[in-house]
Amino acid sequence: MLDDSDRRLLRHLQADPAQPVTQLAEAAGLPLATCYKRLERLQAHGVLKGQRATIHWPALGYAVEVSLRITLDKTDPRAFDTFLAAAREVPEVVEIQTFLGRVDVRLAVIARTMPHYQEIYRDRILTLPHIADIEALMQVATIKNQQTLPL
Amino acid sequence: MIDLDATDRAILRALQADATLKASTLGRRLGLSQPATWRRMKRLAEAGVIGARRLDLDLEKLGFGVTVFLGVKLGLKGRVSLEDFERAVSAIPEVQTVEHVLGLYDYRLRVVARDLPDFERVLRRRIMTLPGVGNVEANVLLSEERRPGPLG
Repeated sequence: MLDDSDRRLLRHLQADPAQPVTQLAEAAGLPLATCYKRLERLQAHGVLKGQRATIHWPALGYAVEVSLRITLDKTDPRAFDTFLAAAREVPEVVEIQTFLGRVDVRLAVIARTMPHYQEIYRDRILTLPHIADIEALMQVATIKNQQTLPL
Repeated sequence: MIDLDATDRAILRALQADATLKASTLGRRLGLSQPATWRRMKRLAEAGVIGARRLDLDLEKLGFGVTVFLGVKLGLKGRVSLEDFERAVSAIPEVQTVEHVLGLYDYRLRVVARDLPDFERVLRRRIMTLPGVGNVEANVLLSEERRPGPLG
């Protein structure tokens, strides 16, 4: 379904999603009309689902980010669903991922300060249902964050 | 640090869902004029609140069926080896994110691959051969959701 031109287009687009289509067409070496047509087709096929803005939380005073790796007590068949529904209710949880492996769920939690984190952890996280074990990884620095695909 | 009111938060929530929204469309939705919306968007961008834009791509349709998170513990500590490791790991195209963390592991990597054999190839040939790599734990991503965060 995708040819090399599509891949080239996506490669340039993911490097700078905000660029104007004229610039994108030039970078990908495609005529402007072709570029528009291909982008439309990629959207229609659901390959290109949209563009999201990310929030830079430190600029809003959220200086702390912690990755909580959680193992659930899976003796209750509804443990995953109940836990996930409750985790969605915590505003400071910015990411929820589920895994196959030693860890069941990972929550990314942000907080203004360490005491604020402590408060969220005690009042909102430890009270979540079906937790068997929690491991915390505190974010020190982001070295690379591209989430681009090697197309 | 910038103070947000309810309208700013509504703008951020809308842009989190669709970064391509124009000030006119967004303004209409929020009952604001185009110039007023544009001024707020500009203020939020200038304060550094709006980070990088992300393309939302269907990974499966593009042939990337597997995302794995790796916890990496370095065998050797020391400033030089950290920098060497960071430079080498960041150069691997399949490694999407590299985070330096404090805890059970030293680094957290997000790795994308076509399938499990392809992941194994990346792990063995590119990651296990990095300078200073010690213990590695892999967890295969099953689902992922991004939440709006404390913008309520």
